[in-house]
Amino acid sequence: MSLTVSRLCVANGATVSFELARGGCLALSGPSGSGKSLILRALADLDPHSGSVALDGRCMTRIAAPEWRRKVMYVPPNPAFWKPRLADHLTNQPPAPTSVALAPDRVAAPLGQLSTGERQRGALIRALQLKPRVLLADEPSAALDPENTAKLETLLAAFLGEGGAIVLVTHDPDQAARLATQQITVDAA
Amino acid sequence: MTPVLSIFDLAVAASFVLINGAITTLLALGIARSLFLSAARMVIQLTLLAFVLRWLFAFEALLVTVIGILIMGVFAGLEVVLRQEKAVGRFGTGAVASSIILAAVFIVTMPTLILLIAADPWYRPQVALPIFGIVAGNAMTGIALTLSSFTDALERDAALVEARLALGETRTQALGDVLRQSVKIGLMPTINAMAAIGLVTFPGIMTGQLLANADPLQAAKYQMLVMFMIAGSSSLAIFAAAYAMLYRITDARHRLRLDRLQ
Repeated sequence: MSLTVSRLCVANGATVSFELARGGCLALSGPSGSGKSLILRALADLDPHSGSVALDGRCMTRIAAPEWRRKVMYVPPNPAFWKPRLADHLTNQPPAPTSVALAPDRVAAPLGQLSTGERQRGALIRALQLKPRVLLADEPSAALDPENTAKLETLLAAFLGEGGAIVLVTHDPDQAARLATQQITVDAA
Repeated sequence: MTPVLSIFDLAVAASFVLINGAITTLLALGIARSLFLSAARMVIQLTLLAFVLRWLFAFEALLVTVIGILIMGVFAGLEVVLRQEKAVGRFGTGAVASSIILAAVFIVTMPTLILLIAADPWYRPQVALPIFGIVAGNAMTGIALTLSSFTDALERDAALVEARLALGETRTQALGDVLRQSVKIGLMPTINAMAAIGLVTFPGIMTGQLLANADPLQAAKYQMLVMFMIAGSSSLAIFAAAYAMLYRITDARHRLRLDRLQ
């Protein structure tokens, strides 16, 4: 499996090309406003863009958008929930490392009682239980302390270990060093 | 027959507006000017309408009725747009609203005019135009309310809708809550009007008929007929307008296109 991106160009002119294989993690770095988030959103086809993106040789435009987004899944920096509890958002059995990252009673607790770290992990669990092939993680640990960051990275590492691929936007060079197998610095044109 | 009003009678009644003017001036509301302007506009517009209707009713032709209805539909669509702070293309919104109002009102008024009221001929402008107008007016208000609450809800919950899209939901699924909520808000006035009618409000159609010396029960029956038509056509129009909005604020790739809101 691989994600092939060629000359993907977003609204602010930032352009990237790369190829990402099973288990690979690409870290996107660059100053704020350089277009890192825009690139992730374009990869999930959430914004209009130019260039081509393909998964296993199948072009994004030839796959229905909702189906594409289930395979190449974007997780925004501020996760949104629309039902009372995290459990209400989960349709499948959460993957195994979930219980390490988030205790079952937190999954069943009202969302208002969850900490920022728990919400962030909750959003990741919600995405992972839909079994995407590629995860687009937009600053997943921006607001988290080292302990919460470690728990979050456990989830990401487990996903990579199962053969998933990740495109990660992060401001933390250490996090990039821990997870990434390749790196790109993004510049607005 | 209704007692005939003379110009002098109206002039006396017009002095009531002066009471309003005195109060607004006393409180320094600064709206006395627009109050008198509005009163003057009402007099001119209603007089013109009366002459246009007199002229129209003299024809009693199907074409006259149809043209009258089309013009009302266009104005109703225009009014919907004027009541939106933001719209997905103002011309497009107006065109869609006009088409929906015309379609929804036709579906309900046509069978009523032909089968139930059965005036002779059924398209008699004197019957068809007022009925169409009152039903279209309510559909118009409902659509305007639905669209503006759709826009508000979307701007408030954009992150939520996008989160659902990102998880692979279709646009109809991701925007489902917004759609249901705005349809509900749009239907509220119609439902409330039916509940309060006769207890709090004295309905317009019935008032008119009573002034024209109609039997109260007969007048009440007409009012019910019209209320049923309003309920039916408003819900059709609101439902269609909300779905049209859903499709116009998203694109074929199921993206939320808030950039189209202007």
